[in-house]
Amino acid sequence: MSTIVECNNLSHSYGKSLALDDISLRIESGKIVGLFGPNGSGKTTLIKMLTGMIHDETGAVTICGNPVGEKSKAVVSYSPDRVAYRPDSKITGLLDMYELMYDDFDRNNAEDSLKELGIGTEEYVGKLSKGSAEKLQIILTMSRKAKFYILDEPINGVDPVSKENIIKIMLGNVPDKSSIMISTHQIEEIEQVLDEAIFIKEGKIVFHKSVDELREETGKSLLDAYKEEFR
Amino acid sequence: MPWNLDSDKPIFIQIVERIESDIVSGKYAPGEKLPTVRDLAVEAAVNPNTMQKAYGELEKIGLVYSQRTSGRFVTEDKTLIEKTRKELAKKSAAEFLARMKELGIGKEDAIKLL
Repeated sequence: MSTIVECNNLSHSYGKSLALDDISLRIESGKIVGLFGPNGSGKTTLIKMLTGMIHDETGAVTICGNPVGEKSKAVVSYSPDRVAYRPDSKITGLLDMYELMYDDFDRNNAEDSLKELGIGTEEYVGKLSKGSAEKLQIILTMSRKAKFYILDEPINGVDPVSKENIIKIMLGNVPDKSSIMISTHQIEEIEQVLDEAIFIKEGKIVFHKSVDELREETGKSLLDAYKEEFR
Repeated sequence: MPWNLDSDKPIFIQIVERIESDIVSGKYAPGEKLPTVRDLAVEAAVNPNTMQKAYGELEKIGLVYSQRTSGRFVTEDKTLIEKTRKELAKKSAAEFLARMKELGIGKEDAIKLL
């Protein structure tokens, strides 16, 4: 099995406050991994370092063997925690942009998925409901044939049917050997999809396990384990 | 609808049991072609890799066989399907008795209830 993400002794601080404290982590190919922790625990900082939004001077993070940079960005598809597109952008315009920016973007696939969910390509982002905007963002993110997908809060604040749609878009599109990292507070909704879970507490990884092993060994759900850790 | 799985039991085992049960009940008839890994994973709302592993397990048991180019099929071995039916029934009966025991109802009384 090949490694998608590797972090070795990664730390990061904002001024004097330590946001990530000596994190080491490995994500293998083909895994869907949940990233959990209270607000301010370091999830977003970790995501920013994986996507290169915060530069890692130490080279402690590699994705598919490359330090975070141009090569790694070409194989990472990222969906931020808020709608990433301007309200006055038309969906066709976004499709054009993705096609231009990413060699691995499958426009036909995106158009088919949008059609299936009743989102017209002539619509403007600003006119979409929260659920539809989130679906659009996940469709665009998952229509790239990337090696590593990072989805930050993909199902936060959307209705139950949209949640189901978003999870299906994700599962229907992820290439066999690629991995996904999902950061969310919605443990219950996502846990049956996950292979592994990571808990971050005050900048440290306090739990990284196969979710089925957790169930097998302790008879606990991931939600139970989370509550125990953070109560 | 996503499959209704218990979050405190391993998902992989539940998926295997669910497909076994669908074969036993005739939802998938002997010799019938099964959905692709991807389609069934999306329907169930589980990782396609977990579904792949579940199919692998069912192949090992012999309930499912794959043909390189045309996909996966349910076995035509009715004896094996019968055996699986009995195993699943036994498991359900044991769960029922365990629940009755929790309620303070012994085996004899539980049988009377049926």
